[in-house]
Amino acid sequence: MRNYFIGAAIAVASVGAALALGAIMLLALGANPIAGYQTMFSAAFGSAEGLAHTAVKAIPLMLVGVGICIAFRANVINIGGEGQMVVGGLFATSTALAIPGAPAVIMLPAILIAGMIGGAFWGAIPGALKAHYNVSEILSTIMLNIVAVQLMNFLLRGPLIDPGEIERGTRIPQTARLPESADLPMLSESLNLHSGILIALVAAILAWVLLWRTGIGFRLRSVGLNPAAARYAGMPVKRNIIIAMTLSGAMSGLAGAILVFGSESHRMVTDGSSMGFTGSAGFNGIVVALFGALHPLWTIPSSFLFGGMLVGAHSLQRVAQVPSALVIALNGLIVVFVVSTEWHRKRLQNKPPKVKDNADNAASIDGAQA
Amino acid sequence: MSTANPVAQADAPPMLEMRGITKRFPGVIANENVTFDVHPGEVHTLLGENGAGKSTLMKILYGLYQPDEGEVFLNGEQVKLQSPSDAIEHRIGMIHQHFMLVPTLTVAENVALGLSSTRGPITDLKHVSQKIKSLSDRYGLQVDPDSYIWQLAVGERQRVEIIKALYRDVQLLVLDEPTAVLTPQEVDDFFVILREMTSDGRGLIFISHKMNEVMELSDRISVLRLGKLVGTTTPQQTTRQDLAQMMVGREVQSIRAERPASSDQIALNIQGLRVGGDRGVDALVDFNLDVRQGEILGVAGVSGNGQRELAEAITGLRPVKNGSIDLAGKAIAGLNPKQVRDAGISFVPEERMRDGAIGEFSVADNIVLHNHSSEQFSRAGFLNFGAIRAHCAKLVEDFKVKTPTIDTPAKNLSGGNIQKFIIARELDSDPDVLIAAQPTRGVDIGAAEYIHSRLLSARNAGTAIMVISEDLDEVMLLADRIAVVCQGRMMGVVDRADASREKLGLMMAGVESTD
Repeated sequence: MRNYFIGAAIAVASVGAALALGAIMLLALGANPIAGYQTMFSAAFGSAEGLAHTAVKAIPLMLVGVGICIAFRANVINIGGEGQMVVGGLFATSTALAIPGAPAVIMLPAILIAGMIGGAFWGAIPGALKAHYNVSEILSTIMLNIVAVQLMNFLLRGPLIDPGEIERGTRIPQTARLPESADLPMLSESLNLHSGILIALVAAILAWVLLWRTGIGFRLRSVGLNPAAARYAGMPVKRNIIIAMTLSGAMSGLAGAILVFGSESHRMVTDGSSMGFTGSAGFNGIVVALFGALHPLWTIPSSFLFGGMLVGAHSLQRVAQVPSALVIALNGLIVVFVVSTEWHRKRLQNKPPKVKDNADNAASIDGAQA
Repeated sequence: MSTANPVAQADAPPMLEMRGITKRFPGVIANENVTFDVHPGEVHTLLGENGAGKSTLMKILYGLYQPDEGEVFLNGEQVKLQSPSDAIEHRIGMIHQHFMLVPTLTVAENVALGLSSTRGPITDLKHVSQKIKSLSDRYGLQVDPDSYIWQLAVGERQRVEIIKALYRDVQLLVLDEPTAVLTPQEVDDFFVILREMTSDGRGLIFISHKMNEVMELSDRISVLRLGKLVGTTTPQQTTRQDLAQMMVGREVQSIRAERPASSDQIALNIQGLRVGGDRGVDALVDFNLDVRQGEILGVAGVSGNGQRELAEAITGLRPVKNGSIDLAGKAIAGLNPKQVRDAGISFVPEERMRDGAIGEFSVADNIVLHNHSSEQFSRAGFLNFGAIRAHCAKLVEDFKVKTPTIDTPAKNLSGGNIQKFIIARELDSDPDVLIAAQPTRGVDIGAAEYIHSRLLSARNAGTAIMVISEDLDEVMLLADRIAVVCQGRMMGVVDRADASREKLGLMMAGVESTD
């Protein structure tokens, strides 16, 4: 209980410190920081429309963040969320184009599963490379992000391009309007809120169940905390590394599928970069997971916070004429504060300090009293 | 056996005096009003169980901790030791259990490391080498200044640590369990060197739990228990039994109990085993060994002679290059760790915090580390926490594991209690064969006694047990037969009745058994 309190207090303090530094930046840009932050807050959380908009922005962040939690718990650092989202989107899109006549009851599960398979595939590759050849997953996932974008550009300019674009000669790299049975059901037409948020919430809860209630999660966490002990206890360490990356990739792939089928255009479009498709959710999801202490359930409020900042940034730009890039800087500052306070959090949560003599005595004295 | 040093005189002023030292950590007092002194030319031994406060006291002396109360005097002058560099400046040295040497540098380079050179920023290794040679001659420490540390055997590395201390002209030297890595004969040579150092008027603080060494080397012995000084005595005034009682605070029982004869049935048979080591050289060569049902086979040897690789090869953690390992006639060489476990072999690893437990996991999680997916503890992939907790509570009670709750992270338990739950877990599956590597290393006497008694009762119930230990006393206490390894080769197997320290020591040093 005390540990939760310390964790939450440090998270709030990190945001506060980042906002304080952001205020200085706002002042330097000639804007009133208090008015600026008020604008951001009310745009993101002050109205039903704002909240719905924030929720939609939070979906990919939450899914990627949950995937990051799974990978990090197994001590695998997945920086490949961007690529896994792209490949997930491509798999889901291809599936929808392949079975255009299918009814929604078949179509919706099919595209979501296809998205997960695509992301899982793209995550399993660096997982296998790490497990069998000790290739750093940080490097291989970043490289595969680039490969995924080129794959997307190729497919959307060629095999998957809207035939109409060829007829008209405009050749915009995008698919045709995807089958309507694949449109994600709307929770509220007027608020423009689709059911992707429910899928993300369910995924976060399932990830928690997986990590802390099943044998698979037990093994993933064992391998992450102490691979030597896991191996000695008979757990297949290599296989667990691959499983962690596969599950992590599946979450990002699902995020990619939801981005396509929850979009207003109902097409998959590329502007040549991964950011154009993902809005950098593959990277920001890491921030979300870190801020949520790498816990799938804490990732939920965390993704709403960062989703809200994205929404707030746009209105800040409109109202105060401040570049929305300021919010990217704010995100970065929050990460810096969260990560650099990690040491303090551990120290505070682990009191009494772990001096060997002392820990031994503490335990035996406690034990004697118990 | 003890020879009081003529230089050590009780009336000489102490070179070190620690008065009324108290050090508190949140929730625990590590040192309480401890008074400790060292006279010039004296070996003062610090004896105590793990967690008794020995290392805290030494860390205060070395400037790593500041005492909450109490004073430190050096040669009659009060000093404040704020950091190790203060301690070094006052000519205090410390030789850690794990040597602080850079393997890729030469002896001379290691000695010069951290010292200012006579030629400013440019090193002057020739000068260093010459001084090392004169020190080697003076103290009988044969070491080539130009050889690389990685080329040296453990005993030689220890000599380098001593040369480092002598080179810095250390007056007061702390030796933390220095003999753990030596054969009995090497220990004798080592003590001669230490005596040479005290005859110069240097003071030594000797930390050890090996009673025979303590009795042989010490001029005075101070015993710590639960952070308090129990008393200071001399080898002439005390006995090993008394010292053990002072350490534990109660009478220590001997466990040399009646034991039924072991059967002739061979449980584990190793033939012609060859296993690779970490550095490319084979760690085990043409290795033969068998363990019978209902016996404890002790494997003795100096640290790093293939014992770890033997345990890892049997348990599937290390690939076997050649040879066979049979469990009751069934070949198990080449199986993975899980398959070996399923076949009926349990394993208590040497490094309990690295291999045996996950520090961040609760005691309950650690208890089911290897069998959490069994039918008993999981249903359709979901863990059955009710069953796991009930099982853990039963084992914790049965093996007298002292833990606040079964949800406490394992890292908060003492070494002895971690070891107890590991033994509990490994014996619980009722294995045919138990491999126990260093089962009581770093464990307090009470827990060690208990672990020994559990191993013996498992033996009497018919389990074949292999105890791999660098502690010769432990092997001689527990084993029915003793196998000795040296440089990856089997030097021979001796019945306990025929085993003597001298005989085993020679075999550990590589001299073939004559019978």
